Amino acid sequence: MTDINTLDRTWSADLDLRLTDTCLRDGSHHKRHQFTAQEVHDIVEALDNSGVPVIEVTHGDGLGGSSFNYGFSRTPEQELIRIAAETAKRAKIAFLMLPGVGTKDDIRAAQDNGGQICRIATHCTEADTSIQHFGLARELGLETVGFLMMSHTQPPEVLAKQARIMVDAGNQCVYVVDSAGALVMEQTADRVAAVVAEIGHEATVGFHGHENLGLGVSNTVIAARAGATQIDGSVRRFGAGAGNTPLEAFVGVCDKLGWKTGIDFLTIVDASEDVIKPAMPEECQLDRMTLMMGYAGVYSSFLKHAGNAADRYGVSGAKILLEAGRRKLIGGQEDQLIDIALMLKAEQDKAAANS
Amino acid sequence: MSKLTAAIVGPGNIGTDLMYKLLRSDVIEPRWMIGVDPASEGLRLAAEKGLEASHEGVDWLLKQDQLPDLIFEATSAYVHREYAPRYEEAGIRAIDLTPAAVGPAVIPPVNGEEHVAAMNVNMITCGGQATIPMVAAVSRAAAVSYAEIVASVSSMSAGPGTRANIDEFTRTTSAGVETIGGAQQGKAIIILNPAEPPMIMRDTIYCAVAPDADRDAIVASIFAMEKAVQEYVPGYRLLQEPQIDDPSPATRGQTKVSIFVEVEGAGDFLPPYAGNLDIMTAAATQVGQNIARSVLS
Repeated sequence: MTDINTLDRTWSADLDLRLTDTCLRDGSHHKRHQFTAQEVHDIVEALDNSGVPVIEVTHGDGLGGSSFNYGFSRTPEQELIRIAAETAKRAKIAFLMLPGVGTKDDIRAAQDNGGQICRIATHCTEADTSIQHFGLARELGLETVGFLMMSHTQPPEVLAKQARIMVDAGNQCVYVVDSAGALVMEQTADRVAAVVAEIGHEATVGFHGHENLGLGVSNTVIAARAGATQIDGSVRRFGAGAGNTPLEAFVGVCDKLGWKTGIDFLTIVDASEDVIKPAMPEECQLDRMTLMMGYAGVYSSFLKHAGNAADRYGVSGAKILLEAGRRKLIGGQEDQLIDIALMLKAEQDKAAANS
Repeated sequence: MSKLTAAIVGPGNIGTDLMYKLLRSDVIEPRWMIGVDPASEGLRLAAEKGLEASHEGVDWLLKQDQLPDLIFEATSAYVHREYAPRYEEAGIRAIDLTPAAVGPAVIPPVNGEEHVAAMNVNMITCGGQATIPMVAAVSRAAAVSYAEIVASVSSMSAGPGTRANIDEFTRTTSAGVETIGGAQQGKAIIILNPAEPPMIMRDTIYCAVAPDADRDAIVASIFAMEKAVQEYVPGYRLLQEPQIDDPSPATRGQTKVSIFVEVEGAGDFLPPYAGNLDIMTAAATQVGQNIARSVLS
């Protein structure tokens, strides 16, 4: 009998799983895009020392995300990418782009600044909007990763077809991305397995989790067993919503299961306390708002924007998120949260007038 | 009154919807529908409506004894860039519904009369047609240092051209936000949402203006622009009162004006949720008619 912890698919001879830390990208949401050059330098240095093989650095909404809609960056992201690339001795620097927000010019600039891995994210039914960008990335010699965002909204067979579109366009790894932190265990495994079955012989598969139902590490373990060999996490959960899979916890779990990650557990735990924690505005919390996101299937980066709109118009942030789920909003539609807040305010004013 | 003759090149959703609108025009007669696929539904419908429908492409059209006065290009940016010089050589004026941006850009209620003599005019993008009028409305009342538009459309209404060329959409739209909208710097974002039932097109327009800008004048100009667009797109409406946020670090020290718009289509050929396509064909019809009136008078 094969041990459940023997992985069918592994990344390489040295690494069973290749981990990417995303706190300098997904954490940008939690930080309201206010990273300083010094923070990025210090975090990259600490993660690199721990042996993290890939570090993602970009505005939370990807290249070109600095905007009214998503929040302006305190430091231009291209400068942060350059600092990260100059700081890292071993780790590769990855960057994210979303077709419709960023453009091919942003990809070229990120490569000029030292970015080596181009991660292109689309909503999980819109993979064909990424074809021209994968084409360019491969032409430029960049390593490629494709994100199928909000994967909980579609069944495994749909994700497999979308994965096929990305791989045919030149993408080398498809991630099942649980943007809302709404997938529950076997739902994750089924999706990863379907993508592996479709593209596993010509590309790798990854998993990106969120903590909105407290399942980040569990979902990631089951994703690895289903064949995902690239894994995202953020040290201290430093990510959108209730945060990402805590990378250092996952490293510890991998040690216990005998899965090689190349990351030293004690060093990364120290980095978490001494370097990442001081850079966080607050810990990522599993509270009313973030639970609502996992429960209603809402894009994690809506959290701060829903909070802003709730404060500005004196309405319930939790209700804004529930309505966002009801309207089936997807990543990028942060503007609609203001519309929802105004609608709730009108209802509230009407109820007050009638009472 | 006599009419200018027109050919529609590209019998897809846009071309077919445009045909229904041109058939109602009193200054344009749509006489040809040109495609490349004999099985095209658009060509079949055009023939049914009495147009001469050919699947032999523009080469066929340009070989005819009688040539159209106007060509409405509803193919893709790449195709239009290739054919635009040949239209001009043949003396045919082109109204370009792709983001090719060969000729000057036109937004009917902003600069609709400005380029009636041009041989080639560009309709920017659906998102541009829906949002640039509002940027221009704010610009009329206050200097806009930065404007950003977010267009959300139903996935069902985004054809293969838009999907393959999403960078052209953002680039052409943000350029239009600057040149026609009057913003010093422009940015465009597009979202394709697959929700069922399909969502009606929604657009959000953010403008940064000086802290001392006249807020009442801005709001009045926005409401006036809503009326101006409604003249050719009746389903164009503000979802909310314009929102004005005081300067703060989050607005980079500027006053932020936020405008929320919904565009419901007329349902000529495309379903009403596809307001993005309707505003494009309605605007192209307006521009074509402006050109026709100027030629005919």
